[in-house]
Parts: sequence; structure tokens; C-alpha cells
Amino acid sequence: MAASSARNGSPPWGGRAWAQEVLPKLVLAPSLAATLVFVYGFIVFTGYLSFTNSKILPNFDLIGLVNYTKLFGLRHWSTALTNLAIFGGLYIVICTVFGLLLAIFLDQKIRGEGVLRPIYLYPMALSFIVTGTAWKWFLDPGIGIEQVVRSAGFESFSFNWIKDSEMAIYCVVIAAVWQSTGFVMAMFLAGLRGIDNEILKAAQIDGASAPKLYRRIVIPQLRPAFLSAFVVLAHMAIKSYDLVIALTNGGPGRATELPATFMYSYTFTRNQMGVGAASAVIMLMMIAAVIVPYLYAEIREDSRGG
Amino acid sequence: MAADPGLAIQSNRLARALLYAALILFAVYFLLPLFVMLVNSVKPLEEIRGGNMLALPLAFTTAPWASAWNSAQIGVEPTGLSPYFWNSIKMVVPAVLISTLMGALNGYVLTKWRFKGDNLLFGLMLFACFIPFQIVLIPMARILGLLGLAGTTAGLVMVHVVYGLGFTTLFFRNYYAAFPDELIKAAKIDGAGFFRIFQRILIPSSGPIIVVTVIWQFTNVWNDFLFGASFADFDSMPMTVALNNLVSSSTGVKEYNVHFAGALLAALPTLIVYIVSGRYFVRGLMAGAVKG
Repeated sequence: MAASSARNGSPPWGGRAWAQEVLPKLVLAPSLAATLVFVYGFIVFTGYLSFTNSKILPNFDLIGLVNYTKLFGLRHWSTALTNLAIFGGLYIVICTVFGLLLAIFLDQKIRGEGVLRPIYLYPMALSFIVTGTAWKWFLDPGIGIEQVVRSAGFESFSFNWIKDSEMAIYCVVIAAVWQSTGFVMAMFLAGLRGIDNEILKAAQIDGASAPKLYRRIVIPQLRPAFLSAFVVLAHMAIKSYDLVIALTNGGPGRATELPATFMYSYTFTRNQMGVGAASAVIMLMMIAAVIVPYLYAEIREDSRGG
Repeated sequence: MAADPGLAIQSNRLARALLYAALILFAVYFLLPLFVMLVNSVKPLEEIRGGNMLALPLAFTTAPWASAWNSAQIGVEPTGLSPYFWNSIKMVVPAVLISTLMGALNGYVLTKWRFKGDNLLFGLMLFACFIPFQIVLIPMARILGLLGLAGTTAGLVMVHVVYGLGFTTLFFRNYYAAFPDELIKAAKIDGAGFFRIFQRILIPSSGPIIVVTVIWQFTNVWNDFLFGASFADFDSMPMTVALNNLVSSSTGVKEYNVHFAGALLAALPTLIVYIVSGRYFVRGLMAGAVKG
């Protein structure tokens, strides 16, 4: 570049060429430094704390795996993991099934698609605290659905899941599915619209029935959308915190505790920072198990395919 | 039936009717909570307690909205949600602007000034989007204390910028990757420098991705609860945290109508953004989920 500048009659730009070489890296540097310190540095720090005897404040004396053995011996933690399995499993499956159904239905040249699509999607714009507040009172037996059905004449109708420690976790599922289904639908819809119509027409002419058409040709082509939906939903499930806080605050009792709420209460209210840090490390490992292979494949494909 | 059915299933009237019924049923499910919030936020309390949540108000009142905005008890102060609404604005605006600008510059470097190892760096930044924030809460609380930013809006802005960078960089990187390299090369030969090319060539054609990024960041930062609950004190507490305090406060009578009005106030900014620019909102969601 120095040569080209010189050719244009400008003064020799040796310094400038150097600047053009270094400048991009300088511009990227603050973000990179922030990521290295605030993400990776902090992960290392929390990881280290999980091997120490930290209580209210960080303490740097290593005590080995004590926090981890303690963690997996705690009933609260096994409740949190069980709840995550129930909640995460149902959340992922129901969102995917409803999302796919809605996308296929909407793809049938529906009149009013432009009205329906935004209705399905708007919950995604809301805070989980708002969602939690709305559903908390709507599911409340005293004033919500139960009361509505009873005042319609069904006096013995009962729907008190949110107060029932066996069933409360399913209330979290109901609210979370409400929030995320539209988003999954949008992903599948984008996938459906990307499928080549010619193949479908050919199959239709060959006499394939509609369900067969979808099962054999359309759904297999949606594989990338399934994968993305799974990754997004799984990572949202593992991170779920706000919704539980707003909807049930982990209750009744500890019945809707999830790993995220467990970590917060052990670290900041029960002053067991070492155990809290250990639970955060486990959460990170769960997410990494889902995300790392996905990102690796995406980026590699990206740099190969361009 | 349309002349060109395309993907549509060739089907009879009954199947068609069932299809519409299912779609409308789903629409009802999605609209129900919003309807419940709206209807009950303009009812007197007695009407909710004794009556039917799905019924329209008999005695229409805006008192719950007024109370939620400026007199409801939040923690110990009867201030309503208004101070916290402004706290959120003061936090969201700088956080969105800074993280968007940095994301644009990062995306520009990562696509137009590529260097060895840039993909690895990008991968490191991208993974940061997905970490459970529980893993950073403890050290972040300490660092904010050391920097003198504990409990301040500036501290929250910093936190949101840092953990928003991965997504903003992703958005701009994918957008600029499709931008023709020839134009950049020509500009370089003409002696245009790093910032000049960015300012004159890339920024003018970045309109859509700027909108997508700003909406995405606005929604995420406005809706955040965890960071606000962990790092804010009373003077910097954002709207979501204040709303949760209002709703979960165990003292006194539960004023459901005020809670619903408060929830709607907290939802309003993002809801308006969604209504005004839904198309871009969806694009952001998709870009965040599926690589470009």
C-alpha cells in the first residue's frame, strides 16, 4: 500500500501503512480483552473458587473436591437437577412440536397469516418477569383460571398446580412454552420457505399424500432448523432463572428450584460461595456440552465454505 | 383454492376449517395473558377478587395505572415504578449504543481486515454469548466493587456492553461477510484508510443490520433481570427488578390490578418496538440463533 500511495504522488506513507496493519487489531483489542477477562478470566476465577473454602467472601485456600461432593449430596441440588430434566425436556419437546405444527399450518396459504404470525411471536419481546407476573395470577387458584371456570358453573373444578409442590414445575413449563413457541415457529417457517418447491410439486404429481410428503421430504429438509431450535431451547432451559423467580420464586417450598436459582441462593443468601461456584461450573459444563460442538461445526463450515 | 397451491396441501373444506380452528385456538392461547393483564389493570380490586378474570371491567378505572406509575410501594418507598423506568432508560441507551458501535467495528475487522487466527477469536467471543451468567456473578460483583461501580448505572452499562458484544459482533460479522470485498480493495488502493472505509462505505449500507442489532440489544438489556438483581442498588434498580419487588412483596393487600398495570408498563417499551418493527425483531432472533 505504501507503494500505491507513493504512486499517487502523496508523501511516502510508511507510517501509515504500518498503522493500517495495526489499526484493525487495535480496534478489536478492547472487545477481545473484555472477553478474555470478563468471560474466560471470570470462568477461571469461579472455577478456582469452586475448589476453595469460600463462604461469604472469596477465600483462596484450596480444599479439593469437597464442594462438589457436598453439592451432589444436597437434596436441593438433586431437586434442581430433576426439575431441570423435567422442565428442560418438556420445554424443548413441546416448543418444537407446537412450533413445527404452527409453521406447517401457517405455510398452507393461510389467509390472515400476517395477523397470526405476530400474535404467536410477541411473547418473545416480553421480559420473563412480565410473563411470570401474568401467569402467576392467571394460574392462581384464588383469582385465576380455577375461579373463572367455577364462576361459569363448574363449582367443583380445581386447578391449583401452582400451589402443589408436585405439579408446580409444570406451571413453569406452561409459561415458558407460551414465551418461546412463536420463536421456534419462526425458525421452522423460515426453513419451510427455503425448501425448493419443484421437488414438492414433482412428488405431488407422483401422487404422494400430504402427510407422506411432509414426513418423507419436508421434515428431513428441516434438519438445520431442528438443530438450531434444540440448541437455543436447551441453552435457555439451563439458564432459566427470571421466570421461576417471578412465577413461583422456587416454591412452593423448594419445589421449582432450578440450578440457576440454586446457585444464586447458595452464593448470595446462604453464604456458601464455594458450593455456589461449584454449581455454576456444572451449569457451564452442561451448556458447553450443547454449544461447543454446534459452534465448532458452524465456524468450521463457515471458513471452509466461505 | 388458489390457482397455484405451491406447498399447500390440496384438501377439502373440512380439513381447511379444522386448520383455521387450530390456528385460532393457538392465537387465543398466546393472547390470553395479554388480555388478562389489560382487562384486569383497569378494574377495581374488588372486581378481580370476587369476579371473573376474563370478564370485561364493569367499573372502568385508570387508578391502578396511576398507582403503578407513581405511588405503589416498591421495597420501602411508595414511589411507583416511574423512577425505575427512568433507571432502565439510563441504562439501556448507552449500553445499546456502545455495544452496537463496538459490534460494528468488530464485524468490520473480522471480515474486511482478516488476519491469522481471527476465526478462533471470533469463536471465543461467540461462545461468550451462551455462557450461563451464574459463572461470572461472583467475580463481577468484586470487580465492580474494585472499580467503584458497584450499585451504579454505569456498572450495569459496562456489564451489558461486555456480555452483549458477542451477539453484536456476530450480527455485523455475518452482514459484512456478504459485502463485496472488491469495493473495499478499490478504496484501499485509492488510499482510503481503515476508518474512512468504515465510515464512507460500510456504515451507509448498514441500515438494516443496525436496526436489527439495536432492537436485539434493546430488548435484551431492557428485559434483563439477573444482572439488575445482582448488581443494582436502589438508585440504579431497573424496571424488571422493581416490578418483581412490587409483585412479590408480601406485605399488605395484593393489588392484582396494580401488578398487571406495572407488568404492562414494564412490557410497553419492548412491545412497542416489536409492533413498530416486528420484521427486524424476527430477523434479529433468527440471526442470533442461526448463523447468517
